[in-house]
This record gives sequence, C-alpha cells and structure tokens, in this order.
Amino acid sequence: MAFDLAFIWAGIIAFAVLVYVILDGFDLGIGILFPFLKSEGERDLAMNSVAPVWDGNETWLVMGGGGLFAVFPLVYATVLPALYVPITAMLLALVFRGVAFEYRWRTERWKWVWNLAFFGGSLIAALMQGIALGALVQGIEIENRAYAGGWWDWLTPFSVLTGVSVAVGYTLLGATWLNLKIEGEFQERMRKASFGLAIGTLALIGGVSLITPFLDPVYFARWFSWPQMLFTGIVPVLVAFATYMLFTGLRDKHEMTPFLAAISLFVLGFAGIGISFYPYIVPPSLTIWEAAAPDSSLEFALVGTVVLIPMILVYTAYAYYVFRGKVRPEHGYH
Amino acid sequence: MFDGMTAELLARIQFAFTVSFHIVFPAFSIGLASYLAVLNGLWLWTKNEIYLSLFNYWKKIFAVAFAMGVVSGIVMSYQFGTNWSVFSDKAGPVIGPLMAYEILSAFFLEAGFLGIMLFGRERVGPGLHMFATFMVAFGTVLSATWILSVNSWMHTPAGFSMNEVGQFVPEDWWAIVFNPSFPYRLAHMVLAAYLTTAFVVGGVGALHLLRDRTNIAARKMFSMAMWMAVVVTPLQILAGDLHGLNTLEHQPAKLMAMEGHYDSYPDGAPLILFGIPNEAEKRIDYKIESPKLSSLILKHDLNAPLDGLDTIPDDEEPPVAIVFWSFRIMISIGFAMLAIGVWSLWRRWKGELYEATWLHRTMVLMAPSGFVAVLAGWITTEVGRQPYTVYGLMRTSDSLAPIAAPAVAASLTAFIVVYFFVFGAGTFYLMRMMGKTPGGIDVKMGLNKGPIRTAGITPVQQLNSGVVAGE
Repeated sequence: MAFDLAFIWAGIIAFAVLVYVILDGFDLGIGILFPFLKSEGERDLAMNSVAPVWDGNETWLVMGGGGLFAVFPLVYATVLPALYVPITAMLLALVFRGVAFEYRWRTERWKWVWNLAFFGGSLIAALMQGIALGALVQGIEIENRAYAGGWWDWLTPFSVLTGVSVAVGYTLLGATWLNLKIEGEFQERMRKASFGLAIGTLALIGGVSLITPFLDPVYFARWFSWPQMLFTGIVPVLVAFATYMLFTGLRDKHEMTPFLAAISLFVLGFAGIGISFYPYIVPPSLTIWEAAAPDSSLEFALVGTVVLIPMILVYTAYAYYVFRGKVRPEHGYH
Repeated sequence: MFDGMTAELLARIQFAFTVSFHIVFPAFSIGLASYLAVLNGLWLWTKNEIYLSLFNYWKKIFAVAFAMGVVSGIVMSYQFGTNWSVFSDKAGPVIGPLMAYEILSAFFLEAGFLGIMLFGRERVGPGLHMFATFMVAFGTVLSATWILSVNSWMHTPAGFSMNEVGQFVPEDWWAIVFNPSFPYRLAHMVLAAYLTTAFVVGGVGALHLLRDRTNIAARKMFSMAMWMAVVVTPLQILAGDLHGLNTLEHQPAKLMAMEGHYDSYPDGAPLILFGIPNEAEKRIDYKIESPKLSSLILKHDLNAPLDGLDTIPDDEEPPVAIVFWSFRIMISIGFAMLAIGVWSLWRRWKGELYEATWLHRTMVLMAPSGFVAVLAGWITTEVGRQPYTVYGLMRTSDSLAPIAAPAVAASLTAFIVVYFFVFGAGTFYLMRMMGKTPGGIDVKMGLNKGPIRTAGITPVQQLNSGVVAGE
C-alpha cells in the first residue's frame, strides 16, 4: 500500500484536537477569567473579543469527536463510555457557556446568571478536558471491543493534576489573548496576571511530565532510551525556548509574542503526549491500526478531508484577519 | 425518578429527549438562514431599507437560536459514543465518514462565516457580507443533506458488506449516500424547515399587525411568509406523500402502524381517519374510516390488497399507538397550513391581507405549529422503525453501550434539568425579541409624518428599539 491510511488519519485527528485546544483554549480561558474582571464593561469587551470566532473554535471539538467516529470508531466506542462522567459534564458545561454568548446581552436582571454560566461552564469544560486527557494517558481497559473498566476509573490524583494543568494553561492563553486584544489599564492587568499564570502552567506541566514516564514502562522507554533521546530531547529544549520568549515578551510588553509562546507550550505538551502514546491511540489497549475503520471508510473520508481542511484553515484565518486588532466598546451587534 | 427502568430504555429516553430539543433549532435556523440571505439580497438589490431593517431584526433572533442549536448539537455528536457505543463501533465505518463530511463541509462553513455575517458588515463591505450570509445559509442546508443521508441509511441501508467483527463495511459510497429513502427524507425535512420558519415569521408579523396594521415592516414579513405558506405547503404535502410511498416499499411495518392497519385487507384497505389504538387487542377502537381510500392513496387502486401488522412477527413490530398519533398530528397541521395558505390568498386577492384580523389571530396561534409538526414527523419515522437502529439488521437492544442504568439515569436527569433551564431561558429571550416591534426606518423614509400613523400607538421609542439601519 502506498499510503498508511490509518497513520495519516491519526495525524489528522491529532491536528484537529490540537487546533481545538489552541483555539478554544483561549476562548475558555477568557471564561475562567470572567469573575476576576473589574466591571461589566470589561466583561463585554472580553466576550466580544471572541464572539465572532467562538463558534468556529468549538467546531474543532465536534471534528475531534466526529473524526474519531468516522475513522477510529472503536476508539470512539470505548473511550467515550470509559470517560462517561467527564464527557457528559463537559458537554453540559459547554451548553452553559455557549448560550451565555448570546443570553448575556438579552437581559439586565439575569446578567449575573449568564456571567456565572460563562465562568462555570468554561472552568468545568477545561477541567473535564484535562481530566479526560489524564485518564487516557493512564490507560483504558478494553476487552472484546468494549470498555471493561469501572465508572470511576478516570478519577485519580494524576487526572486531577492534568485537569488543573489544562485549566490553568487555558487561563494563561486567555490572559495573553486579552493582552493582545485589549488596551490600557485592563491590558496591563492581564499582562501582569500572565506572569503568575505562566509560572503556574509551567510548574503543572513540569509535574505532569515528570510523572508520565513512570505511569507505564513503555512511556519511560519512549523518552529515555538511546537513540530516541536525540529526538525526544528536543522537546524540553524547545519548551525552555518558548518559556524564555513568553517571559521576555511579557516583560518587554510585546503583544503577539506572549500569546504565540503560550500556544507553543501547548503544542509542545501535545507533541510530548504524542511521543508517549505512539503507536497506541488508546494506551495500553489499542494501536492506531487496530482501531482503524476499514480502508474503504478511510479512503472515502480522506479524499474530501485533504481538500476541505485547507479551505477551512483559509477561511478561518480570514475570519481572524477580519476581526484583527483591538476590540473596542462600540464593536459587537448586540 | 427512573427506578426500575433498564439502561436501554433510559438511553433511548435520553436520546429522544436530547435530539428532540436539538432538532427544533436546526429546523428554525435552516429556514431563517435562507430567509436572511433573501432579505440581505433584496436589500442590496432594491436598496429598500425595509429589507435591511428586517434583516437586522431576524439576525439577532437567528444568533440566539443558532447558539442553542450549536450547543445542543455538540451533545449529539458525543452521545453516539457514550450511550450507543456498540452501534458506533459497528455502523461507524459507514455513517462516521458522512458525519465527518457534514462537519468539514457544513459546520465549519456556518461557524466560519457566522461571525462575519453577524458582526462584519462594516468591516468587509456589502459584497463579502452577502457572500458570508449566503455561505451560512448554504451551510445549514448542506448540513441537513449529510445528516439526512446518515439517518436515511439507518432506515434503508445499502452499499455495504459485513466483516468478521460484525462491522458494516462500505462497498459503494454512491449507494450509501443516495440510499433509497434519502431524496424523499431530505426534500421533506428541508421543506419542513422552510415551512416552520415561514409560520414563525408570519406569526410574528401577524402579532405586530394586530398591534398596528400600518407597520410596514410587519406587513412585509407577513406578506412574505404567507407567500411561502401558499407555495411550500402543497409541495410539502406532495413530498410527504412520495415519502410515504417510499416507506411502504422499504419499511411496510412502519406504514401499517401509521395507518393503524392491524389486519390485512385483501380487497382494498380503508383509510382510518381517527380511532384509538388498542395495542393489547391489536385493533383500533372507535374508528372512523373511509373504505378503500388507503389502497387508493398507497396503491392508486381502490381494490389493491394491503398487508397489515398480522403479517409481521410481534418482535419486529413498532409501537403502534405512538406512531398512529404522531402521524395524525403531523398530517392535521399540514392541512391546517394548507388551509391558511388558501385563506391568505383569498384575502390578498381581495386586497385585505393586512386587515384580516382573524387570519392574523390564527397565524399567531399557528406560529409554533411547524415545530410540533417536525417533532411529530420525526417521532413517526423514528418510533416507526423500531425495534431496529439499522433497519432489519441491527436491533436497538444490540446497539447499547455497556453502561449501567444508574449512570444513564443520572446523566438523563442532568440533561433534563439543564435543558429545561437553559433552553427555557433561551425560548423566553427569543419570544421577547419577537415581541419587540419591528421597524425603526420610518423616520428615515419620512413615513411617520404621513396620515397612515393613526392612533399614535407607535411612539418614538419603537424607532430606537435597536433595529436601526447599519447597527
């Protein structure tokens, strides 16, 4: 076979999830920052800075789920029951924060309710995504093409740690996004908050990275055996560089650099997880090839995907370009 | 609350509950997105500000409804995995790629251009803004196309083989996408979405005409909606009829339940207009029927034989009463819509469309009727295909995830509480927005100075109600 379809698809799904984490990450992070903003005016601005794009951002999550269903149905059919509680909680949380984008402008008396929904929904969604990730890293037990573990297996100190890491990391993305999109004293406050959030994110990512290799000997071998270390060793070096750019960017009051550096941290963390996982898609039970749908499914889906994903990236980039620059109070249609 | 129920029943209730809440919003946003594209096109073409004013009025309502559709839709895209994992594993290779195409070709399109449509008119200029508005409308229809292909395949599976682990393996994608019931189902649903929206728009127009029959924005939307009712309702009845004939061919048991035919009729089946299904005794009590009419409709022959549910093994029969009732609700609404269309045509011909107070009152009452019809129609087709998820091949009971009843009961409770709270509030906001008087362009057009402002019931505040041209 000329192409390893399952491998290509694993790459596409990983890409979709990564794009989701980056795009919805800052968007959820703004929700988590909501109660710490000083006035309704600031909350209006923060919300309007993502209002034109949040829909598209969340569509990548649908793509992650739908993509799995299409090309790795066995993963979809085993991981979702294993993560029943965090997935359901995440979905409900996303309902609250999604509608808050519109409802918040439709009422004065209940504005606080939708502020709370936006904050709580964003926080819970972020925590649950992190917990789901941690649970997947820990491994999911599968027998006879079905989840074979218990209902609360996902809940461990490690998954709670990954949950908190993702939530804090998203908040950092949100704060650096606002540093980019907002002006004046509000921007300055976000810049200062980013320092603390960056330290927290790095400490948590460090903790997760130190524990992960010891969860499974396979992970350990992946990271610490020669000669792979030549490649895996690049990741920590790049993390150090991104960290340097993040802090100097914040110090020198750059606007774009800290945001991009924070994104880079997520990309590198994601690459780290990919290194640990490969060739598994659900460790320690399923490899990419075991979980793949029949070739006729992979081929049919791939033909359109290679055309459509570049188009999506173009018009998504265009939408961001249209709404570039600082948000100002007069923007928004409400 | 859910004591003693099996995980399967709870999971079915959960799916029915979440999908019923969800379908209401797409049904509305498919129609409304197209309406917005038409309004924006008319505004650019005619430069008549009334179209811009209507665009801005319905745009805000669209944004709220669309947000509700998006968040309730994300739930659907994960529920296949959480609750119906065996189905997902087995049918995923066939329907998964179709859903991936829906996401890639339609969801991203809608979401990507929605921001520009809502916020971007000044930033991108009228041409690109029109393009974005059209893309949103196109995306909603394209999304319906893919998901109805998926749903139709589950009703009339085609183009597949089975592999050694029991998965459906795609063999012929053309046959899968254009499976036998797909064209009928697609036409029926898209027309339903347009009709549903027409009745909402018409109902809102009628409400404001009852308050002030000189309101030109209300007149315009009412008139447009009534034309839709006149044109689309007959098409919809025709599409429904063709869909029914298709069901007779591929899912006869469903049609027997819809018709209430427990018994076979070797020489012409009656059309049962009304009656009460008695599932224990397998007969329709108190029935009012018209002899041989069912054979005429379905076979175009008064004396054509029609089989009844007595030819179907008991464990392959759908629940009759639900299907029987929901079908009649849908049909009744369809003919009521037809009658209203005719009524409006008559009043329009007499030049009294805006003075027809009883027509306006009826339209206010009928505003939500499309939603009821859509739900009733989906209940008919989905309950009617039980006990299967993939018709004739995979039973609902074999599709379930290995989940425990308490877990499903807990999540079902959470969905019910959250949906009633969130979507209840959203419906309240939508209704409040629809209650606001449309217009706000009267001053610019100088019409408020003319004699048509009668009793002074359109004071200045309406002009500032946020629907000012150009935002």
